[in-house]
Amino acid sequence: MSSARVLVGTRKGAFVLTSDGKRKKWDVSGPHFAGWEIYHVAASRADPDRLYASQSSGWFGQVIQRSNDGGKTWAPVGNKFTYDGVPGTHQWYDGTAHPWEFKRVWHLEPSLNDPDTVYAGVEDAALFRSADGGQNWEELSGLRKHGSGPRWQPGAGGMCLHTIILDPVNPNRMYIAISAAGAFRTDDGGKSWLPINQGLKSQYIPDPNAEVGHCVHKIAMHPSRPDVLFMQKHWDVMRSDNAGDLWHEVSGNLPTDFGFVVDVHAHEPETVYVLPIKSDSEHYPPDGKLRVYRSRSGGNEWEALTKGLPQENCYVNVLRDAMAVDSLDTCGVYFGTTGGQVYASSDAGDSWEAIVRDLPAVLSVEVQTLS
Amino acid sequence: MIRVVLPHHLRTLAQVGGEVQLQVEGDATPRAVLDALEARYPVLRGTIRDQVTHQRRAFLRFFACQEDLSHESVDEVLPSAVASGEEPLMIVGAIAGG
Repeated sequence: MSSARVLVGTRKGAFVLTSDGKRKKWDVSGPHFAGWEIYHVAASRADPDRLYASQSSGWFGQVIQRSNDGGKTWAPVGNKFTYDGVPGTHQWYDGTAHPWEFKRVWHLEPSLNDPDTVYAGVEDAALFRSADGGQNWEELSGLRKHGSGPRWQPGAGGMCLHTIILDPVNPNRMYIAISAAGAFRTDDGGKSWLPINQGLKSQYIPDPNAEVGHCVHKIAMHPSRPDVLFMQKHWDVMRSDNAGDLWHEVSGNLPTDFGFVVDVHAHEPETVYVLPIKSDSEHYPPDGKLRVYRSRSGGNEWEALTKGLPQENCYVNVLRDAMAVDSLDTCGVYFGTTGGQVYASSDAGDSWEAIVRDLPAVLSVEVQTLS
Repeated sequence: MIRVVLPHHLRTLAQVGGEVQLQVEGDATPRAVLDALEARYPVLRGTIRDQVTHQRRAFLRFFACQEDLSHESVDEVLPSAVASGEEPLMIVGAIAGG
């Protein structure tokens, strides 16, 4: 019988939640790496028992952990992230040049077919790859050395590379996103990169056609249609039908077009989920009501999903890596909040319940569908 | 034998209970102690000092014999009481955060 395993990264450790295919009763294990910030826990699709976790601390820096048994036990692997060559500078908040400095790993993306190959998106923004299960890391420096690098600048959360999407059809194609540089695509396995930000309009950039500088919060793709991308930008929900060559806005009737997460239904490539957040300075749900919005038409027309979610006095945030979908027959949708709840829907968003409460602030949520 | 006291999180990471005891070749300097510590516990590489520059991480301090040695040269010989094992070198995390 199929089952689900939810991997939760929080400000104070990692948690692993497991359930059968009904997804009604959940066992919670953790905290793993108690007291450390866990920006992301990710699972290999080639070997579901192979997990990677990014463990970091303002005191002790970066550690990468690996599990070979689905999160029961963990062992540290390599944590040496050295930029290729002289790192150079990017823009600082005040517009001055600032040297590239490694701070932490935001996102881990295991290869689709090799459990030992995994990509890491880091702050200050760069992409690294390990081909030996995380022991050694090498920068794919064609990205950082793209000519626009000196013009990248940090968002409020730091200059992070937070999204890595591997094309399931074309092994040489991958997408990444950086806050606040924008989205990039490689068609040659990471050697060279193309900014894919045409159509994005950002109020804080005077040039409406700026090549870089956009604060992309998250990108999602359905594996059956790798050329169709959905983006939650700082403001605006966007869609591209040509692998990022051109974007158009699909915010439609959302109560606010600001937010962090975006994801796509596992079986319906035109069904998209976002979670609007009030901006620019408050960063909690509008009117204190926690609402997921679902579009069944690939954007523009959105319906509020509220059943089981708090509809008063809710002032949490949902961060960019904190939504995921499973691929069970009725698609499960999951998200975690800065208030420490992980909410799940086993009916594609129609109804929700908290499958765990009172965790530390949730930074990331991933889910595995296990058979 | 030089005694080193690690902060809680690094003891957990290195899977050690109490103090660590290290044999250090040559002069007992902070650099030599950290070299020996990282050689014995590779998992600690990068957690106390940067792996490339060897700069001490900003929120860590080196204390010994009631003195803060954090801003001394890492090639300065440690107090004789540390070198002899009478007193430990303490690697201390700054009190900060929630």
